[in-house]
Amino acid sequence: MSEQRTGAQIMCEALIREGVDVMFGIPGGAIMPFYYAMWEYRDQLRHVLCRHEQGAGHAAEGYARTTGRVGVCIGTSGPGATNLVTPIADAMMDSTPLLAITGQVGSHVLGKDAFQETDITGITMPITKHNYLVKNVDDLAYVIKEAIHIATTGRPGPVLIDITKDAQIARTVPNWDQDINLPGYKPTYTGNRKQIREAIKLLASAKKPLIMAGNGVIMADASEELRAFAERTRIPVITTLHGIGAFPEDHPLSIGMPGMHGWVHVNRAIQDCDVLFNIGGRFDDRVTGKASTFAPNAQVIHVDIDPSEIGKNVKVTVPVVGDARMVLQTFLEDLPDQAELSDLYGHASDWMEHIREMQSKHQHKQQYLKRPDTSQLMPHDVYDAMTRILNDRGNYRIATDVGQHQMWAAQLIDWYSPRTHITSGGAGTMGFAVPAAMGIAVAHPEDVVWAIAGDGGFQMTNQEMATIVQEGIKNVKVAVVNNGYLGMVRQWQELFENKRYSGTPLSGPDFARLAEAYGWKGITVEQVDQVEQAINDAYAHDGPVLIDFRVEREVNVFPMVPQNKGIHEMLTEAPETVTT
Amino acid sequence: MKKQTIIVLMQDQPGVLTRAVGLFRRRGYNIESLAVGHSETPGISRMTVVVESDDVEQVTKQLYRLVEVVKVSDVTDDPTVEREMVLVKVNAVGPTRTEIVSMASIFDAKIVDVGGRSMVIEMTGTPAKVENFIEVMRSFGIKEMMRTGRIAMVRGLRTHQAPSAQEVNNGPAVESVATLN
Repeated sequence: MSEQRTGAQIMCEALIREGVDVMFGIPGGAIMPFYYAMWEYRDQLRHVLCRHEQGAGHAAEGYARTTGRVGVCIGTSGPGATNLVTPIADAMMDSTPLLAITGQVGSHVLGKDAFQETDITGITMPITKHNYLVKNVDDLAYVIKEAIHIATTGRPGPVLIDITKDAQIARTVPNWDQDINLPGYKPTYTGNRKQIREAIKLLASAKKPLIMAGNGVIMADASEELRAFAERTRIPVITTLHGIGAFPEDHPLSIGMPGMHGWVHVNRAIQDCDVLFNIGGRFDDRVTGKASTFAPNAQVIHVDIDPSEIGKNVKVTVPVVGDARMVLQTFLEDLPDQAELSDLYGHASDWMEHIREMQSKHQHKQQYLKRPDTSQLMPHDVYDAMTRILNDRGNYRIATDVGQHQMWAAQLIDWYSPRTHITSGGAGTMGFAVPAAMGIAVAHPEDVVWAIAGDGGFQMTNQEMATIVQEGIKNVKVAVVNNGYLGMVRQWQELFENKRYSGTPLSGPDFARLAEAYGWKGITVEQVDQVEQAINDAYAHDGPVLIDFRVEREVNVFPMVPQNKGIHEMLTEAPETVTT
Repeated sequence: MKKQTIIVLMQDQPGVLTRAVGLFRRRGYNIESLAVGHSETPGISRMTVVVESDDVEQVTKQLYRLVEVVKVSDVTDDPTVEREMVLVKVNAVGPTRTEIVSMASIFDAKIVDVGGRSMVIEMTGTPAKVENFIEVMRSFGIKEMMRTGRIAMVRGLRTHQAPSAQEVNNGPAVESVATLN
């Protein structure tokens, strides 16, 4: 093993050693040596040639979010690298373990405005967990190992390695045995026991406690522990947008999603609760609404692996720094027996009854699904059929894009398992769904992967349909919820800007025919009674399928907390429009 | 907003200063003074930063998110020794020369260069004393001035020691980030 290798060969071997088996990318001048070497390793290291680096990045995110392993994307220097900026920022916001590898111009011309030179380490500094510029071939073996360690441990996040062309070409004998040495990077996994006991004491005395489960529960694979904890304490559970799937929605303790488009009874419960146990959520402003009015009566227990999240947006009574799974395990060990929890149990049914009462008063989904006097296809007809058919068939995962269709998916599909709902939450990146679904499909050939997108976001990255065909990926199905608008912006214009639809009406091609042109099967649905058939046809076709659901154009997502309002100030229908 | 003095120990690597400073920039905090140099441990740099901020705890936590940052201490309310250094080039012709020399000696400053029409004076002291000295020098006509950032060290036994070279090389033994727990 003491043979000399090129930097590019070392890159391949280092990635294989770290368990990487697939990469999404596009070659170019400064990364060509890596592609040259990749050919030798193609049996162990699959390369998926994407059509745009943004697609490569989101595909790697989809891969990472559903496997928990690092997702790898590749771009060349300059524009190749800058096209990766959006998925990197997306991965930063959603704590996704992403490794971006970019080629860089030769070290002798670095900083001299060479062809396709961009300072990508400078550009990505605030949107990566860490990044590297490698100019020396001797650093490559260690840097790749350390980069993947940083991306996947603690609070996961994106790491970028920018490698000069000469470092990829130069030869050396790699040293694989260097241990990770990061004196400043020691994530805390086990929660402090004293704090956990403090938290238990607080919970045991609560009359109206709530558990709020976020992305951290999913990333830590803590769903089982969460369920055991909720069942032992009988505390109702809410799941944030990224917590969806962490707790099965048919569980009697599940009450739904909070926040801007959460359910009225969930937001009311937050405002009423006396102890809020947030595990793995970061109190995003889309969850809290106006933070100063959020959960005014609650003492907050916040479990997070990232100490900088604690106390950032919401005042915390008991902080616990650690991994959601390990912390919950300690909670389960230290929970007193049933007799000592009698106080908590004593109030449990009253509290739940109160929440369910609010739920039926606000009629939960029904009110929202009231069919207006129209024979046209409503968005919820699509979700209604999807949740039924997909859950009947099983083995599905869904990537959603950003906008109205995303909120409807979160609200109207019944979610049961972790890592089945993948979306761009923090960054809100339109164009996420189709490439992310591709990455998920590569990682999970046994599942049927649905991308649900609006007609706006779909048109931002639909070029990856060609990648899906070239790679022979058959298990991707796309549902375009097509309303001919940038719908969420239109909704805000309708509600708050006197229906001035500035820049929101949107045309597109015939999506079904576009799909056919790519070699997909394309289906157009315009009537309610065609929905079910179309979804079943999509399953029957052995290959990628797109369904263009042409839904009623001006339907809004309700309930809704207007910007800068408290979460108790929800709109459940459009207020009378004020005309000027 | 209150002035905060923060001491940061970090691995001496390219880009680490940009990362640290970027955290302040992102939040719109103005850095009043910054001094970076080697610490007592090879490979570890010590940075003293003075910043106007009303949420120093968040800044401290954000600094810990940087992979190279080993330790962050907010010494704002600790008893510290604080020093700055300044080099001043003043007009110095004829009789003013003696005047400058006597002023310099009052401030314990050193004349480090004497030219045909100017002198360069080096002065070290607390930020307030340095400020005073500069005021006095102004009356002679300052041609050029360079001031260092502030460096600070906590008085007495309490230390903000960098991990030893051995600790850096062998990992652990560094105070955990989880002081929150």
